[in-house]
Amino acid sequence: MIAALIAGVVIVSPAGPVSSLGAAVALAHPGDTIIVRAGHYREGRTVLVDRPVVIRGEGAPVFDAGERTFLLVTANDVTIEGLVIADVQPSSTDDRAAIKLDHVTRCVVRGNRIQRSFFGIHGSKVSSCLIEDNRIEGPGATEQMAGNAIHFWSSANVTVRRNRVEGHRDGIYLEFVRGSTLSDNVSRRNRRYGLHFMFSDSCRYERNRFTSNGAGVAVMYSKHVTMTGNEFARNEGQAAFGLLLKDISDGEISDNRFTSNTTGLYLEGSNRLAVHGNRFEANGWALRLLANATDNEFDGNVFLANAFDVTTNSRSATSHFRGNYWDQYRGFDLDHDGYGDVPHRPVRLFSLVVEQNEPALILLRSLFVDLLDQAERVLPILTPEALIDPAPLMARPR
Amino acid sequence: MLLIQGLRKRFGRLEVLRGVDLTAAPGRITALVGPNAAGKSTLIKTIIGLVRIDEGTVLIDGQSIDGERAYRERIGYMPQAARFPEQLTGREVLALVRRLRHADARIDDALIGQFDLDPMLDRPIRTLSGGTRQKLNAVVAFLFAPDMVVLDEPTGGLDPVASGILKDKLIRSAAAGTTVFLTSHILTEVEELAHDIIFLMEGRVAFQGPIDQLLREAGEPRLERAVARLMTGSR
Amino acid sequence: MTDLRQVLAAQVRNVLRSRWLVGYTLLLLLATVLLLRFGGSGTRALLSLVNVVLLLLPLVSVVFGTLYVYNAREFIELLLAQPVGRGAVYLGLFGGLAIPLSLALLAGVGGPLVVEALQDPSVWRPLAMLLTVGVLLTLVFTAFALCVAVLVEERSRGFGAALLVWLACTVVYDGLILLVLTTFRDYPLEAPVLVLTFLNPIDLARVVLLLTFDVALLMGYTGTVFARMFGTAGGLVAAFSMLLVCAAVPLWAGYRWFRRKDF
Repeated sequence: MIAALIAGVVIVSPAGPVSSLGAAVALAHPGDTIIVRAGHYREGRTVLVDRPVVIRGEGAPVFDAGERTFLLVTANDVTIEGLVIADVQPSSTDDRAAIKLDHVTRCVVRGNRIQRSFFGIHGSKVSSCLIEDNRIEGPGATEQMAGNAIHFWSSANVTVRRNRVEGHRDGIYLEFVRGSTLSDNVSRRNRRYGLHFMFSDSCRYERNRFTSNGAGVAVMYSKHVTMTGNEFARNEGQAAFGLLLKDISDGEISDNRFTSNTTGLYLEGSNRLAVHGNRFEANGWALRLLANATDNEFDGNVFLANAFDVTTNSRSATSHFRGNYWDQYRGFDLDHDGYGDVPHRPVRLFSLVVEQNEPALILLRSLFVDLLDQAERVLPILTPEALIDPAPLMARPR
Repeated sequence: MLLIQGLRKRFGRLEVLRGVDLTAAPGRITALVGPNAAGKSTLIKTIIGLVRIDEGTVLIDGQSIDGERAYRERIGYMPQAARFPEQLTGREVLALVRRLRHADARIDDALIGQFDLDPMLDRPIRTLSGGTRQKLNAVVAFLFAPDMVVLDEPTGGLDPVASGILKDKLIRSAAAGTTVFLTSHILTEVEELAHDIIFLMEGRVAFQGPIDQLLREAGEPRLERAVARLMTGSR
Repeated sequence: MTDLRQVLAAQVRNVLRSRWLVGYTLLLLLATVLLLRFGGSGTRALLSLVNVVLLLLPLVSVVFGTLYVYNAREFIELLLAQPVGRGAVYLGLFGGLAIPLSLALLAGVGGPLVVEALQDPSVWRPLAMLLTVGVLLTLVFTAFALCVAVLVEERSRGFGAALLVWLACTVVYDGLILLVLTTFRDYPLEAPVLVLTFLNPIDLARVVLLLTFDVALLMGYTGTVFARMFGTAGGLVAAFSMLLVCAAVPLWAGYRWFRRKDF
């Protein structure tokens, strides 16, 4: 017992003397470090972390969680690292999580593995926390009940970086979160969204990869959002979007890659966004702009090998395009200024037909449809007047 | 022995053969003559089976040819225009035709030597002149020493030397018992070659019989005159 | 049977040596190499090749085929003057065209693609599909060519008819589908449209190929419906069988006319 306590360190080991994390926390003083040795543990009850301690797993100790939240953190300045937490069972009444952060600040959750759990990391009313290098693997597609891998509600200044999450309902879920940064995360194969946030203003999303999620990424009702350098790929299916923006205003969407999604970027009621330097490749619909998305600026984007580059549901769409690269552009550049001399109309007539009549898709890439589109380009009658790139790029920007 | 009875053929509204009766005997050269559009080519093609019979019978050695093909084993045919697959050589064409004949027929390729055709046989046909192709055409017709040869304007396109060689061949074949049946609009040639003449006009046989009989009946010394008389006489 | 083999061998040899066919092979080769080098990598170049297969192959097959039969008229007569059945001559003509045209496809498109596939194994499957569909389309439009050339006596009108067949299948038919779609837009149309697609060889080939290149998955609900239809082995077999039927029908109709035809 004495040996386990020296120098502000508590050792947890299957061989004892302290063989449970709950007991170790109860023994620890604020500022102590609890070291959990390799082994297999069953706690039997939720471990309440109510004092500022560091919990560090050495050699990946495994905790079987069971029918309850495993760690409930209620104190500030708690660090949790190096643990393997498995099998938090789902519940329909209670948001059970492997690690639950409640009303705390300056917490660090680092390098943990969470497997087959209902929720992974769940935070509410949290501020200035760092969530990094965790691997969270959910119960997978067969499990009907699944929570979110990383979930924050009503929080601020959270940093989420270098995590890998998969197999949950939503990979990363934020609601009423402000001033936070998500970077270098990989979120894939989640049942619903790779990233899902709403009412979360002034957040940054950088260099994340969202791939093969059931419905892609959907973000709503937020202002001053910056999304840059992310990858949205292989979100395929009936209602799958690389990135769905609904009521997102005054944000920046730049240098992202949208590849092989049913719809690459979807804008609904989203205004004054700067969309630049993105690359749209091999999507069904690269960019879908609803009529209520106004005053968005698209420049320096690259459109490659999409079935449809731009579609809209109205002739009166009012976003602005300039200096994008379109692989379907057939103009020329006689004055050699790098921009085509003839404006490009990215909305194909056929895309309007399909918009109203989906089975017409069967005619995709048929000569008849190509001729129809060419005719419309020469003599536009039906495609929106405003959706035009007056200065299409001649060469693909690096 | 060729025997045609009541042969009728119409193309759409145009009745080309209106009940033709004729015979051509072995060992004799029978020439089919008549004005343009009299139905000569149609008649010949009917014998070969290229044109289907509407009505009447065509008998060769007593066998009806309708719907048959084996009888063509014993017939040589020389069409008016000689066109072969452009990229094949003459030798390949001859080989093909030989393989299509099932019986181990006696091969008579004497004409190749007589026409001096051998050096040309390894060239693609597209490089051959019209006359050379026509020679090849004649070779094919006689290749299997047929019991009957049917020739449509055989000397057209041949130079006088080749023409002479072919005529000699016709005469020798007839002498050997072959039924020779040909069309020609060169009446001097017919006079020179043919034993019998069939005059076809407007789809009917206006005269059939030995040439001397025609001359006698017409009271003309020359065939040309006699034929002219037939043409005007029936008007 | 031996007659057919003899006629076929001669026809194949004749067509294989023609400058037309050499030109066609080189054209396919050039298009394939250029698309592979400059048309982007892997699947994207293959998608461009789909257009070549869907447009050029039928056009060349039907036009070259029709003109060839007109040119071979006297030779056909010579063959028919031999103790040979008309069936052997007719099928010999068909095979004599379809085999060299298919070989041109295999060499011109397949050759460069095999080189590509040796480096990138993911190309094998689309390559196999592209060539299979290409050969089937060649059969279909060669059959159309024979049918037209047998039926239409006059060469220039036959040439026009061949172009019309091509135009009808590539453009007109799709226009009609679109018309049907817009007229009956209030009804669920996925199933009827699938049926309509099945009846036009070029549409059928296009849809089968596009689905091979995973485009369908990107095309939402309708794409999923189509993928479910053609994505299964059964759907693929049905599509290939239908293409064979599309070849057999004009081939058989042409034969019926050929059998009674007066030369």
